[in-house]
Amino acid sequence: MSRLQVTRRRFLGLTAAGASSLVLAGCDQFDFLGDRDNRVRDVLGKANDLTYRVQRALVGDQTLAREYSESEIRQGQRPNGSRDPDTADYLALKANDFADYRLKVTGLVETPASYSLEELRNMPSRTQITRHDCVEGWSCIAKWTGTQLGPLLTAAKVKPNARFIVFHCYDDMGTGLSGPELYYESCDLVDGFHPQTLVAYGLNGQTLPIANGAPVRVRIERALGYKQPKYVHTIELVDGFSQYGRGKGGYWEDYGYDWYGGI
Amino acid sequence: MAVDTAETRSETGDPGKGPLVYRQALLTRITHWTWAVALFFMLLSGLQIFNAHPALYIGQESGFEYDNAVLAMYAVNSDNGPVGQTRAFGRTFDTTGLFGMSGSNDRPEFRGFPSWATIPSYQDLATGRVVHFFFGWVLVAALFLWFLSSLVNGHIRRDVIPGPEDFRALPGDIADHARLRFHHGRSYNALQKLAYSVVFFILFPLIIATGLTMSPGIDAAFPWLLDLFGGRQTARTIHFSMMTLLVLFFVVHIVMVVAAGPLNELRSMVTGWYRASPDTSRREGDRP
Repeated sequence: MSRLQVTRRRFLGLTAAGASSLVLAGCDQFDFLGDRDNRVRDVLGKANDLTYRVQRALVGDQTLAREYSESEIRQGQRPNGSRDPDTADYLALKANDFADYRLKVTGLVETPASYSLEELRNMPSRTQITRHDCVEGWSCIAKWTGTQLGPLLTAAKVKPNARFIVFHCYDDMGTGLSGPELYYESCDLVDGFHPQTLVAYGLNGQTLPIANGAPVRVRIERALGYKQPKYVHTIELVDGFSQYGRGKGGYWEDYGYDWYGGI
Repeated sequence: MAVDTAETRSETGDPGKGPLVYRQALLTRITHWTWAVALFFMLLSGLQIFNAHPALYIGQESGFEYDNAVLAMYAVNSDNGPVGQTRAFGRTFDTTGLFGMSGSNDRPEFRGFPSWATIPSYQDLATGRVVHFFFGWVLVAALFLWFLSSLVNGHIRRDVIPGPEDFRALPGDIADHARLRFHHGRSYNALQKLAYSVVFFILFPLIIATGLTMSPGIDAAFPWLLDLFGGRQTARTIHFSMMTLLVLFFVVHIVMVVAAGPLNELRSMVTGWYRASPDTSRREGDRP
């Protein structure tokens, strides 16, 4: 009995000493979790898949994000990320005030299409005052005007094997190992067909400014800011996104952010 | 070293030993240590997430063109170089070394909380989120298990929620705690029940609900959360406040464990068996 107690006490003492030294030495012991290829990180990251599945089950496919009143717009929409793209393609379009811009709907669709800015503006429009939640933690309320993405997808006749929508953008986020890294994003078909998912060309009653994504930005209102791609030129339906970027479904996802982005 | 001294005192200090009572059910012990681990990681990854935008606001949104901030940590230039500052409720404090600016003199880092308080130690929001959401699920799962079993086996009613007799005993209990004189009974004392009730029925539910309110997906399904907490940014502020209260609870908890006899307390949370005070009446099932 006494022997057992000694071992137990030594165990407890060692545990306490170990735990306190861990805290005293700081938290760089856990810096390995920052390694994108670490297996423990992979396991922890599975929680995001669970969150995605649970939220898709819990939140109705058509359930709207809250819309606010005009009086709740108290400031301009804070721009983040790219604010003035300088890729050659974009500069050429910008020089001509986006008159030559075309939005392409392509990939796993029966009838690929492309639209000018004028054509998009002449389609039925939707205006919504919503809250933009940045992954960093801040929020900003603004009024977005655009045409719903759903009808564009319906018009293109999505093939049955399409599972995701990839948004290709003009802005260059910097140069990676394999050349310039252009911004891209993706979402599932639920978000694609959501009534508040817009191909937006207006902000707070004005033409969408360049800092906020001119000529066209996609709004996915039940997700964080990085899921709202700016400077979009192509909407591509795919059955997977492994062939784009580093295969995680978006620029920030390739750098370790969660793909769902609804939390 | 400190452990040895406490051990000696508890052995020689109680010549007439009380019974060894089975105090903590297996599930209580498992969930306790699960929370300890989960909250450790949630705190440090949470501070990492906070550092991505080290400011708190009241309302739906963050004021960039007007001021609705209640807390902000940042660095500013002074005549003697950069300094870390914290502005709370309109008052500004110099917090160099802790908030706003930390690290060494040669290599100052401009960040909300210092590197020793975050996981990872460097700025990495993506990893902070991976860690935070994983342990969020762990915390909630353990809490769900605990609530379910403790409702069924009566642990909540019997040991956690303070009854009328606990409130009657409260003044004496406060006096005892102030003198660090503890009575080791079969169940928790009045102050313990009060503290654990606050944690289980106020702090945990609020920190989880405000955490969920920060999710735009959850807000779509349960928009009343936004009304309940007065907006997403207020929810974020409450989330942070509940964190500070949980840290305060943790500090008091550890102080009380050390003061009340760390080995006996730790033993009861590891093995379930607890050495009660000598005047405790013996029951069947007790050990000598």
